[in-house]
Amino acid sequence: MAFKTAFQKSLPIFFSYLFVGMAYGLMMNEAGYAWYTALFTSFTVYSGAFQFVLITFLSGGASYLTVALTALLMNSRQTFYSLTFLEEFKAMGRRKLYMIHTMSDETYAVNCTLDREDPARKDIMFLVALLSRLYWMGASVIGAVLGQVLPFDLTGIDFCMTALFITILVDQWDKRKSHFEPIAGGLVGVLCLLVFGKQSFILPALLLVSGLILLRGQPRKTGKEGSA
Amino acid sequence: MRTYTLILVAALVTFSLRALPFVIFSGQRTMPAWLERLGQTLPPAIMAVLVVYSLRDTVDGGSAAAAGLIAALVTALLHKWRHSTFLSIIAGTGLYMLLLRLL
Repeated sequence: MAFKTAFQKSLPIFFSYLFVGMAYGLMMNEAGYAWYTALFTSFTVYSGAFQFVLITFLSGGASYLTVALTALLMNSRQTFYSLTFLEEFKAMGRRKLYMIHTMSDETYAVNCTLDREDPARKDIMFLVALLSRLYWMGASVIGAVLGQVLPFDLTGIDFCMTALFITILVDQWDKRKSHFEPIAGGLVGVLCLLVFGKQSFILPALLLVSGLILLRGQPRKTGKEGSA
Repeated sequence: MRTYTLILVAALVTFSLRALPFVIFSGQRTMPAWLERLGQTLPPAIMAVLVVYSLRDTVDGGSAAAAGLIAALVTALLHKWRHSTFLSIIAGTGLYMLLLRLL
């Protein structure tokens, strides 16, 4: 039952990872790396957009510092994701480390849609994480091995991730009373995209929108932790 | 060999970023109330930023940008109307792939 729910929830991730992961494997192959190097990266790093950047670093002979700093800047958004699921992952025992490692934009989004009351909630989260990572690793290998001989044109299928984000946003909009957060996120996101450009806007956008939400705050309770 | 050590460095940094809040608030130390509240109010804000993120190529302009914006709008309206995630994703993605080839 948990598996069925997890599989259904993971389907948009399946289609997105299949396409993007194959594109990744294909590019690794074109850069001169074998399928097992693509698999090794997808297995250890597991971070979509950054893995593409990493290809050029690997083939261009970049320094360790460049790689580390770029990973820091491109992936620090995921620190924000952990804030939402901190307590739940902590309660997942041995699976905690796996949940932390497999936190991606997509699994974060899907985790946000799970029923809070479902007794199998933690199992579903784990299975979504497991399946998504398998899709990503499998697609990387497929792309690296036979990407060039694939007969169909799947260009654009990665839009299913955009569509998933939109449906989640609409659901959250309908479910929550306050619309300040999504509006602020959208406006700040577009503003930062225009100011910082598409390569590097997501971190400033997340920092700024978090700041706005904190500043707006809740009605202040008196006598609680004396911050000014 | 260097290829693999570079990949491992990237993996280590990425994992550390994901794990950071767990390290800071490990054991008995719990999250302060304001951070806990931020974690709970962030998802819709993050999701809005992710929508912008996944449509970021729009700034390049052209017919792909138009296809993305139209398909995104149709997905949102369809979902507001029917509330079926499956239908919204299939229809939105299908429309996008179609527009990419037609525009």
